[in-house]
Amino acid sequence: MSAATAARPAESPTERRSWLGGSLGRNLGLVVALILLCVVGVITGGDRFANIGNVLTILRLAAVIGVLAIGMTFVITSGGIDLSVGSVMGLATVWATTLATQTMAENSHWTVMVFTALAVGTAAGLVNGLAIAYGRVVPFIATLAMLASARGLAEMISNRQTQRVDVDGFVDFFRADLLGIPVLVWIFAAVAAAGWILLNRTTFGRRTVAIGGNAEAARLAGIKVQRHTLYIYGLAGLTAGIAAVMMLGRTTAGTSTHGMLYELDAIAAVVVGGTLLIGGRGTITGTVFGVLIFTTLTNVFTINNMSTSAQSVAKGAIIVAAVLLQQRFASRAKST
Amino acid sequence: MSALTTRSRAFGATVAISAAALLTTGCVSNEPPAEESQGTGETDSGSSSSNDETGDTVVIGFSAPAADHGWMGAITRAALDTAEQYDDVELRQAEATNDVNMQISHIEQFINEGVDAIVLLPFDGDALTEVAMQAMEAGIPVINVDRELSSPFASRATILGDNYGMGVSAGTYICEQLGDNPDAVVAEIQGIANLPLTQDRSQGFADSLADCGLEVSTQVAADFTIQGGETATSNLLQAEPQIDAIWNHDDDQGVGVLAAIENAGRDEFFMVGGAGSLDVMEHIQAGDSVLEATVIYPSTQAADGIKMARLIAQNKNMDDLASAGVPRVTQLYAPVVTADNVDQYMSIGFRS
Repeated sequence: MSAATAARPAESPTERRSWLGGSLGRNLGLVVALILLCVVGVITGGDRFANIGNVLTILRLAAVIGVLAIGMTFVITSGGIDLSVGSVMGLATVWATTLATQTMAENSHWTVMVFTALAVGTAAGLVNGLAIAYGRVVPFIATLAMLASARGLAEMISNRQTQRVDVDGFVDFFRADLLGIPVLVWIFAAVAAAGWILLNRTTFGRRTVAIGGNAEAARLAGIKVQRHTLYIYGLAGLTAGIAAVMMLGRTTAGTSTHGMLYELDAIAAVVVGGTLLIGGRGTITGTVFGVLIFTTLTNVFTINNMSTSAQSVAKGAIIVAAVLLQQRFASRAKST
Repeated sequence: MSALTTRSRAFGATVAISAAALLTTGCVSNEPPAEESQGTGETDSGSSSSNDETGDTVVIGFSAPAADHGWMGAITRAALDTAEQYDDVELRQAEATNDVNMQISHIEQFINEGVDAIVLLPFDGDALTEVAMQAMEAGIPVINVDRELSSPFASRATILGDNYGMGVSAGTYICEQLGDNPDAVVAEIQGIANLPLTQDRSQGFADSLADCGLEVSTQVAADFTIQGGETATSNLLQAEPQIDAIWNHDDDQGVGVLAAIENAGRDEFFMVGGAGSLDVMEHIQAGDSVLEATVIYPSTQAADGIKMARLIAQNKNMDDLASAGVPRVTQLYAPVVTADNVDQYMSIGFRS
């Protein structure tokens, strides 16, 4: 891929290694890839691609999966995996739109629906965490079980029907614009910023990285690995809850089919972003770029009127290319 | 969902004439190429009119769920073929997706580009309503196909298959066969159970069975896939040692359903299909399986959508109607195909 050749000169002499090995160096490949995509978009789409409305369309699409991917970044950094975020998100949209919840919301305030979704998401995440940290179930299996049961529970609660959101305050808030930018995009930005601070500037983040790098060493260093693991899955559940609220705002409907296969989109964005799948290193900035690359790709494809089957093939190829590129950067950053 | 059903039935009655007109002319004329397109030329000459003359070029955005099974694939194929027939139609095809978040984004993109009309087959009608309303507010007519949006303000025209009618047709046929046996065991294999269209089909089926004193004994849901059909049917056959009739909602998953029936070596019952795939019609014609009949659910709906979008964008009227303007709602007919009349319907069957 040409992004590789374009970005290679940035590999630096030793004294600049620490800086380039940091945020920018690791994300340079992604920045180049995103810029290339935008160039392709501008060349092929012209004004149809390069206008504010289209950029906002890309960002709105990125917002929901982006929030899930932020939570996923923590899980993967800690050496785990969470396959349940899409299902949990679906469950949260259903729970927050049941007749009972909506009636309560209408009688008090629409934020009741928000709290419901967040609580359901967090609770499901904590159940994952309990099974993994204290029940010693492998994360893949524990969250796979949650994937199945959350979807089933959502179907039971909703009676397999789509539930419209009738609380006007809720819909008005989440469909609104603030300073010309949709509320959903602001939420994504806020979650990303909070995630960045949490991962890079707090003990919570350092412990997450330590556990992912070597859980035994982390335990010997005095980190309460089990409790911390519980928190991390709770956090992923919370982001699923936030994503559910955003999805409700976007679709004005809660259904058990929401978030189908979102876990894979989120994992793909995280890994393309440069977080190691085996844990021990994570980057929120990379994840945000990963999400943006995917959504921009979709947008450029649509603008070029590509046949849908060709789009899928191209998308798969680009995922592999991006990961190869990313690995190259990662190994160079380590070996130099 | 009963409110929805009643409404669509009421609409259906008011536009019965237009539906009939569509079936006999426009609908039949746009075959997916699977049938060597031999039907296209002949039938097209029947429906060609001043409306088919090249007019102002219009840009039509088309968005549909992923073509993950035969019927949906045929929908998209027929739509693309129809668009190609017209020199004055420029079709923008959005990535087919089962993710409503992404489908909303595609419609936003169409609005942003300022296309002349949007043909929308939503994955979930409720979830796409809001963005369709935005398109309408932006002055872009939305032609809603197959799965109904939840607000009348969200579309300029709506083309629906008759899901309730499918259930009624299937139920009525089973009643004719089993009516004298009140203890008959009738099983139903649904598609995706939480879609309104599935609930409409099941409601129509239950209502028409009730007319002859029968009821659905067992109901299982596949997910419109061959794999799902196989799994659901295997379980169903395990659970019910004796069955008299099965209605399978969808011929695509029917491939799996038939496989499961053959694996189990069961043939004490007869089966009615749904949608009208060519494979099923061939089985009906040959009489070599438990399949006795199927109920048509036209795979040419989106092609009709493209035609209507073009007419609306060009400010034309629909042929053979005295009233002005393209109708608001068009509901297509769901006939039963049996060995007696299968030859007549082979031309609109689709390959799954």
